[in-house]
Amino acid sequence: MTAVDARPEQTNEIGRDRRRKEDARLITGRTRWTDNINLPGMLHLAMVRSPFAHARITGIDTSAAEDSEGVVTVLAAKDFDESLGVCINAWPITPDQKTPAHPPIAIDRVTFAGEIVAIVAARSAAAARDAAELVEVDYEELPAVVSLEEAVKDEVLAHPDLGTNKSALWVFDSAQAGTGGNVDEAIASAKSDGIVIERTYRQQRLIPAFMEPRSVVCDPTGEQITVWSATQIPHILRFAFAATTGVPESKIRVIAPDVGGGFGGKLQQTPEEMIVFAMARRLGKPVKYTETRSESLLSAHHGRDQIQKLTLSATKDGQVTGLKVELDANLGAYVAIVGGGVPVLGAFMFNAIYKFPAYQFNCQTVLTNTTWTDAYRGAGRPEATYAIERLMDELAAEVGVDPLEIREKNWIKHEEFPFTTIAGLTYDSGNYEAATAKAKEMFGYDALRAEQAERRANNDPVQLGIGISTFTEMCGLAPSRVLGSLDYGAGGWEHAQVRLTPTGKVEVITGASAHGQGHETAFSQIVADRLGVPFEDVEVLHGDTQIAAKGYDTYGSRSLVVGGEALVRAADKVLEKAKPIAAHLLEASVDDMEFTGGRWTVRGTDQGMSIGELSTAVFAAHNLPDGVEANLDSEATFDPENFNFPHGTHLCAMEVDTETGQVKMRKYVCCDDIGNIINPLIVAGQVHGGLVQGIAQALWEDAVYDDAGTLVSGSFVDYLLPTAADTISFEIDHTTSPATTNTLGTKGVGEAGTIASTPAVVNAVVDAIRPLGINDIEMPCTPERVWRAINSAQKGA
Amino acid sequence: MARISMRVDGMKVTDDVEPRTLLVQYLREGLGKTGTVIGCDTSNCGACTVHLDGDSVKSCNVLAVQADGCEVTTIEGLADTVESDLHPVQEAFRECHGLQCGFCTPGMIMQSVDLLKRNPQPSEEEIREGIEGNLCRCTGYHNIVRAVQYASGHLATAANPRGATEEVDAL
Repeated sequence: MTAVDARPEQTNEIGRDRRRKEDARLITGRTRWTDNINLPGMLHLAMVRSPFAHARITGIDTSAAEDSEGVVTVLAAKDFDESLGVCINAWPITPDQKTPAHPPIAIDRVTFAGEIVAIVAARSAAAARDAAELVEVDYEELPAVVSLEEAVKDEVLAHPDLGTNKSALWVFDSAQAGTGGNVDEAIASAKSDGIVIERTYRQQRLIPAFMEPRSVVCDPTGEQITVWSATQIPHILRFAFAATTGVPESKIRVIAPDVGGGFGGKLQQTPEEMIVFAMARRLGKPVKYTETRSESLLSAHHGRDQIQKLTLSATKDGQVTGLKVELDANLGAYVAIVGGGVPVLGAFMFNAIYKFPAYQFNCQTVLTNTTWTDAYRGAGRPEATYAIERLMDELAAEVGVDPLEIREKNWIKHEEFPFTTIAGLTYDSGNYEAATAKAKEMFGYDALRAEQAERRANNDPVQLGIGISTFTEMCGLAPSRVLGSLDYGAGGWEHAQVRLTPTGKVEVITGASAHGQGHETAFSQIVADRLGVPFEDVEVLHGDTQIAAKGYDTYGSRSLVVGGEALVRAADKVLEKAKPIAAHLLEASVDDMEFTGGRWTVRGTDQGMSIGELSTAVFAAHNLPDGVEANLDSEATFDPENFNFPHGTHLCAMEVDTETGQVKMRKYVCCDDIGNIINPLIVAGQVHGGLVQGIAQALWEDAVYDDAGTLVSGSFVDYLLPTAADTISFEIDHTTSPATTNTLGTKGVGEAGTIASTPAVVNAVVDAIRPLGINDIEMPCTPERVWRAINSAQKGA
Repeated sequence: MARISMRVDGMKVTDDVEPRTLLVQYLREGLGKTGTVIGCDTSNCGACTVHLDGDSVKSCNVLAVQADGCEVTTIEGLADTVESDLHPVQEAFRECHGLQCGFCTPGMIMQSVDLLKRNPQPSEEEIREGIEGNLCRCTGYHNIVRAVQYASGHLATAANPRGATEEVDAL
């Protein structure tokens, strides 16, 4: 580790509130979104989508569309061979998983409303859309299965040829794994002498709803096929094109230009991308497809949609003795790229920050005639966190103590880290006591509890509820070996390059692919510190497989903790290469070289040269040591040995009008521990945005299907994204337990807010009305649901 | 086809357009004003907000022919490039980290400029209500509200150089 020894001691950039480099183009409209790209001869696609959730296609008449003005061609599945490719499931969670084949264009049967059945190519987007209306498709409707409850009965089948809707059953049992005891014994024992809490929670279906609709451009001219896509995963997409179409990777360049949000929703290899790729190759012209918002809500993958049956056992004084989870997860019509694995990620998180002696997790993934589901911010971990944090409140109510007290009784103490959990993960660092103490103080916990007591005593029509969420999560996907053991079809390392230009500027190349996270800024800070160069002299390049040849892209709060560490290592290699050259040029011994503040100096003298001067000298190569190559460039691949485990304490105060059911957020405070922070401004932004997405699940968002499988909330009129008027300002702070699995000591932050906030809000709503005998409100906690719960509780009383 | 004529970001343009052409389509496809973006098809998201004769409109909700004879300002023409590269509201969004992916940002900035023109010193509630028609999925609005507050302080300073402004903590 000589390179680490050479690290400059003084850090100027890390920890600074640097304003973002990205912003200059974003606030002036100089942005390069995929839909902005126009190329000579470009043709535009429109998709003909099924209005039925399940139907046989008995005929497609394209003649009227073909005669429409500006139309070049209209094609259906029969017009393509296997070079169209398929949509892949990269994470079969069991060897016997039922995985329906997923052709990008439906062949003879549609399995969800929104599935593509035909494609129009025209000289303008408007002409393509006009003509798509003229394609006549004859359907013979088939029975559709929409809800999880119906699907598990296997009476109506989403894919009749599979013989069942049950895709895979994935089980973790602590007794079998050797990490703990038998959960059924723990529950039986608590039934006779303890507390058993049984609950069923629904994680409603959500839509990621990134603001930039998906868009794909493919240019087949020239030697390489170039694809621009509004994607989180250009590298994985290139692999998918190559693996399923027969075009070698070396002939494919994928670019993710400016990408307007993802939240997991652009972590997908989509039918639309495959179709654009195939159409461009077929027509020999550049092709573009940009979805409408309605198409996006209908057909881009959804998230969540689980039913959780939970049994928690505890001693009479509230020491948890076991947790059994029986979970059904709705995959939709196909098993998406990591769709089956999303609920499995939750398997490692139901135990959260607590010390359970016995645990069992059973996950049944289920196919239905609905839009496919996959990762959405948090992916499996918000669902698990919701369940356990709701249950801890229920346990506190049962025992009759403050919900914070029950958590403290069960959580891992800070002196117990590193701690190996019942789910088999080793948490490297954390301090739940410190985060909780800080959050309580920020919140004014005792005063709000006093106000709550007063309102209860006065029978105030507006009751106050206090919700708690002491969450943790696993992020920084991930150790490749662990992913392999879970049958994940890829690795989890990240790649970085550092290049020095002749003028002494630094080009940083990362395999991570940002879509709002601010990599260009934060990564510049890291490298500026490491090499001792000005922040402004570092340029971060990403999102283009031609520039960043290797990478695993951005999702799972991984970019900084995996990709950032790769950068550190690449920068250290630059210093390692530079040291003997500097010694040679300064005519000194390598052993006498010191590197501080961006300068190599000869110990005990005033002789030295900056890394920039060195770069210029290396470029000229007039005077290099024998056998030394003329560059300082380097690359590194980092594969972490472990995930990392951010945590935090979130406190929420909700006012509930018991006469109308209206809920109103009064205060939200959180203290997160994400280890060391590179840029506090960016971190705060990630937390704020994450909070609102989690709050939205608790209060507003719901992707609703009718019984026939039509998405009722198929536009922004019906799918309620929160507005500025719905939300409040937050109070956030942090404690710091540095991660031990990367030298920066950082933990992921992209998903923390979303994972933590949903249970905090619902716990607050339930806490407000628990004295009325209510112990649950299904999400989203709409005024109607709250009012009905209060009304029926009062009738029952 | 219908003949239209307007000034867009200070430039006079005349074109024949299909009567059904939306202003946002004309701006993006006809004039290459791709700084203005389309985020939905129901007029909910506000990403396409521009100024029409000085007032904010959702340009997906206006036909190009309705803008005939008007002055249109997009995010690309907002800054007075003689005085500064950035409008104070643009600067405020940068300063307060009021954007992440940046897709809603052009519309959000144009709406915020309009809001501050009507109400130079808005309360937090007035800001939140004033930008309610613009959706952001990244920021949770927290720092957008800060940015508008920050701009409000700075705009007030510009109007009254001796007036004290309250620095807004971006965090």
